[in-house]
Amino acid sequence: MSTIDYAEKIPNNVNLSEDRKLQRALETWQPHYLDWWRDMGPNGTPNYDVYLRTAISTEPDGWAQFGHVKMPDYRWGIFLAPPVADRKISFGAHKGESVWQEVPGEYRSSLRRLITIQGDTEPASVEQQRLLGATCPSLYDLRNIFQVNVEEGRHLWAMVYLLHAYFGRDGREEAEELLARRSGDADKPRILGAFNEATPDWLSFFMFTFITDRDGKYQLAALAESGFDPLSRTCRFMLTEEAHHLFVGESGVGRIIERACQVMKESKTEDLRKFGVIDLPTIQKYLNFHFSVTSDLYGAEVSTNAAGAFHAGLKGRFEETKIGDDHQLEDTPYGVTHYVDGNFKPIEVPALNALNERLRQDWIVDVAKGVDRWNKVIQRFGINFELKLPHVAFHRAIGHFSDIHVTPTGKVISAAEWNQNKDSWLPSDEDRAYVISLMGAAVTEPGKFANWIAPPARGINSQPVDFEYVRFA
Amino acid sequence: MELKRQHLIDPVICIRCNTCEETCPVNAITHDDRNYVVDASICNNCRACVPPCPTGAIDSWLMSSRPWTLEEQFSWDDLPPEAKLEEGLESGPEPAEVTAIIDVATASTGGRVPPPFSAAHPYVNVYSRESPATARVAGNFRLTDPDAESDIHHVVLDFGIRPFPVLEGQSIGIIPPGVDDKGRPHNIRLYSVASPRDGERPHHNNLAVTVKRVRAKDDSGKLIEGIGSNYVCDLKKGDQVLVTGPFGDTFLMPNHPEANIVMICTGTGAAPFRGFTERRRRKAPDAAGKLLLFFGARTPGELPYCGPLMKLPPSLIDVNLAYSRVPGEPKQYVQDKMRERDTDLAALLKSEHSYIYICGLKGMEQGVEEALSDICRLHDLNWTEIRAQLRREGRYHVETY
Repeated sequence: MSTIDYAEKIPNNVNLSEDRKLQRALETWQPHYLDWWRDMGPNGTPNYDVYLRTAISTEPDGWAQFGHVKMPDYRWGIFLAPPVADRKISFGAHKGESVWQEVPGEYRSSLRRLITIQGDTEPASVEQQRLLGATCPSLYDLRNIFQVNVEEGRHLWAMVYLLHAYFGRDGREEAEELLARRSGDADKPRILGAFNEATPDWLSFFMFTFITDRDGKYQLAALAESGFDPLSRTCRFMLTEEAHHLFVGESGVGRIIERACQVMKESKTEDLRKFGVIDLPTIQKYLNFHFSVTSDLYGAEVSTNAAGAFHAGLKGRFEETKIGDDHQLEDTPYGVTHYVDGNFKPIEVPALNALNERLRQDWIVDVAKGVDRWNKVIQRFGINFELKLPHVAFHRAIGHFSDIHVTPTGKVISAAEWNQNKDSWLPSDEDRAYVISLMGAAVTEPGKFANWIAPPARGINSQPVDFEYVRFA
Repeated sequence: MELKRQHLIDPVICIRCNTCEETCPVNAITHDDRNYVVDASICNNCRACVPPCPTGAIDSWLMSSRPWTLEEQFSWDDLPPEAKLEEGLESGPEPAEVTAIIDVATASTGGRVPPPFSAAHPYVNVYSRESPATARVAGNFRLTDPDAESDIHHVVLDFGIRPFPVLEGQSIGIIPPGVDDKGRPHNIRLYSVASPRDGERPHHNNLAVTVKRVRAKDDSGKLIEGIGSNYVCDLKKGDQVLVTGPFGDTFLMPNHPEANIVMICTGTGAAPFRGFTERRRRKAPDAAGKLLLFFGARTPGELPYCGPLMKLPPSLIDVNLAYSRVPGEPKQYVQDKMRERDTDLAALLKSEHSYIYICGLKGMEQGVEEALSDICRLHDLNWTEIRAQLRREGRYHVETY
């Protein structure tokens, strides 16, 4: 069992103590990280005792140890999934060769770029969510957001470890930059657009973790296929943590829907705003917004960058090894939806150039399944309403749909028509103001929940729902 | 018909993250477009998948008379209803050695009384010495302070796939391995269950016992070490233990919400009352009936469950603690605390919904009865009559050892 040595300054299962130079580099970075956490982590929380899950090893019984912890004392460590013996590169030009334990010189800058982009998203979401604790709907939810935050922090550590261990001085500089950029900052924004959007309320937070963290899952899954073995092992372990974030989002929105349905049944009306709960059409608008903004994260539908990374064996497809093709795609076509002559239709392009789109499609299937489960909640109440994912071309800012205006059902319209109707498809200023108005003072009595959200079906780690998930000093 | 506990995944809660399938060391978990499912013919209940599951959906265990097939599990929107325990279990006669122990425990106040009218029906001796259940130790924690003289342990036993139905106030029998100095198997040791009927943790097939290590010098100065208590206190997580029972068909809690429950105990005598209190907290925290606890120990550090007890809200339970060996403070016993609460106790004694339970060391019942008698005299009540009525109606229960 690869146990992490907690006596060391930075818990790890990578034999850090045997590499003095690397250890010193990370020990220099660590106080900068803690400074960043103090400035940009959850606001005003250093004395809270939070019932958190901490990884103490990468074995099944070791990576979920629960206990009350103060967040600045959380042991952010470096954990790689156990190596797979004799692992071979499973795709691209190097298919069948042994995986790399060091960075191949010709792919150095591409790999560094991939790792930096992934790493940049992790602190960004912590920054986006730092004020939400003040309006938490329950101790249970407060604990969940903090769990998400500390694990995003750990994911940053995971990427910084790779930068420090394998990319020398360039890597160390990138690692410092990861702490210097700020979500939404005009001068030094985070790299990707969705990570500069505000997360002003809990509905946005839950939508973000459900939809945008799911992009994270697919990106990590694609990097877990990498021929660069340390990256693969890092991402495999991160994926196991990412599942909790998706759960927080899916169950959070699900509980808001459940509450809306309860009040609809009790009050026999669809006009829920006077009851202080969030109505289903507003939830649909938030879904439209987060889905379209996150779609952009996958990049252009047809991309030679993605082709290069695949060809080089740096980033694979989702569940690459389970796909039944030649895993090289040199002569394979793939249908990508285009808007031609007034119609959306698939046009075959070389599959290598369509990898972004393919990953986006895999993600859409996964998002759709979660939306189906939300619809089951609505069906259980016997309410005739269905949440739907918008058309893939709706409200896009990146890729070949960015220059047309499209309704959620996929009808192409003029700019004037878009401007006239966009408030019925996306959250309007009024909608956002209403949702924010519900975010009142934090609900901190164990077992109590804000009016606009239902309690969860189960507590964390089999604890009761009214467990004291957060204690205040 | 034999019931077995089957590991399943709750489709309402599962988010299809694939973590369990990835984690399972024996590849017992698979999925289709709809559900994640567990193959009962492969799953060995190792629980490696349980901590990593982000939702708790994986931690679902249902009794059934035959395993649910993968096809059935794939078709579910919800988990099916659980087979009733009664369908598979039968009580046996109380073994003579257990009867002897209970007779001694109830002797000083005149033997067993009927159970409260609203008590649930108990199972007794489902597992006998001849066919005991095997439990796995899920945890063993010392409850008393490191420097405290007494060494009291909280031991959680998990029964895995075997049903083991208990009620609060019942005991289980543990058979220490090996033989005595005459070469015979050891006698059964009885330990009160310290958890409520739905488990130390809800949805888990487990229970807790509270055990004090017996290690004392007798009059001749010879060290006496209790075989049963030392065996249980030394158990390690993962150890297998043979368990019989459950036992006890009268020292049970009333279930109706109006019931007032007066609980008087010392040391590990608190175990059944922890079960009573937790049952009330989980099922009827706003019940009209009062919970009143008188609990004695030598020092706070020797009072089992002191910390968690003090965190319970006063609206749930009225806690009165008596310490007999705190340096610089007068000795206090539970009967002293009871006398301080004479008005409240007298009021409760007048109510037909009041139940009194005494559990702890032999000898404590004398002081407690004297206190009750004094309180009655002070408030113009007749203790002898009340006591007889309480006993007749199953409202006065004593177990001391």
